[in-house]
Amino acid sequence: MADATFLALSVLTIGSAIAALELRSLIYASIALMVTLGGVAGFFLLLDSPFVAMFQLAVYVGSIAVLILFTVMLVRRELIFTKIEDPRRRYAGVGLMLIIMLGIGAVIINSGLNTITTEEPPVDYRDIGKELLLYYWPALILMALILASSVIGALMLARREDVKGEQRTN
Amino acid sequence: MSNELIEFVLVSVALLAIGIYGLSVKRNAIRLLFSIEIIVNAANLNLVAFGRFIPNSAGQTFALFSIAIAAAEVAVGLGLIIVAYRMYKNIDIADFKSLKG
Repeated sequence: MADATFLALSVLTIGSAIAALELRSLIYASIALMVTLGGVAGFFLLLDSPFVAMFQLAVYVGSIAVLILFTVMLVRRELIFTKIEDPRRRYAGVGLMLIIMLGIGAVIINSGLNTITTEEPPVDYRDIGKELLLYYWPALILMALILASSVIGALMLARREDVKGEQRTN
Repeated sequence: MSNELIEFVLVSVALLAIGIYGLSVKRNAIRLLFSIEIIVNAANLNLVAFGRFIPNSAGQTFALFSIAIAAAEVAVGLGLIIVAYRMYKNIDIADFKSLKG
């Protein structure tokens, strides 16, 4: 059975995920998204994988959430505080969410996953480093290239072409 | 370990359903990015949970790769949103009528 820590974490994570989509102000919504990502990091800690949890905290809560906050601040003020959504599609969306949740949930509860527990010791995080460098090193290099090219691509995209060089220094 | 695998999988299903709800209802481009982040996190949670219960270190390794790729995707996505905002002065995706380059 689930213990109290797990229940509290799941309520926090799912509640703030709903808040991130439903809060009127985009700034509060991005803070709620930060709480969701932190809650997922808490689940990683419960699953005895502290390295992934710290990576999640550093990358998601540390950088992605701050990037989103800065983008929100670049947007006009009245756009931040107004909700843009289709009222007709809202009920259909809620219905789709419930269908997915109940349908897949019922299938999973009735499947063989229901009885799986483990008493084996968790994976040592030193093994992850060894595997990354000995077995997955081509993927690691490829990932570094993808990250560098995405940063360059984002810079190219966000560059303003209508501003001349002397105006940019002002 | 006191928790069972199915509990983590059910939380992941709930996060996936919330993300799909956001993708289908919201028209704000930044909220769509939020929904994508929630779905990616549900997938990462599944990877780590199954990797813990096998037990196998491949799940955690792939979760690390997935987190890094998601960071790249968010950087490019936010750049695209900024460009579209500069063109249309709005972040409503129904206004992005001619994203043909």
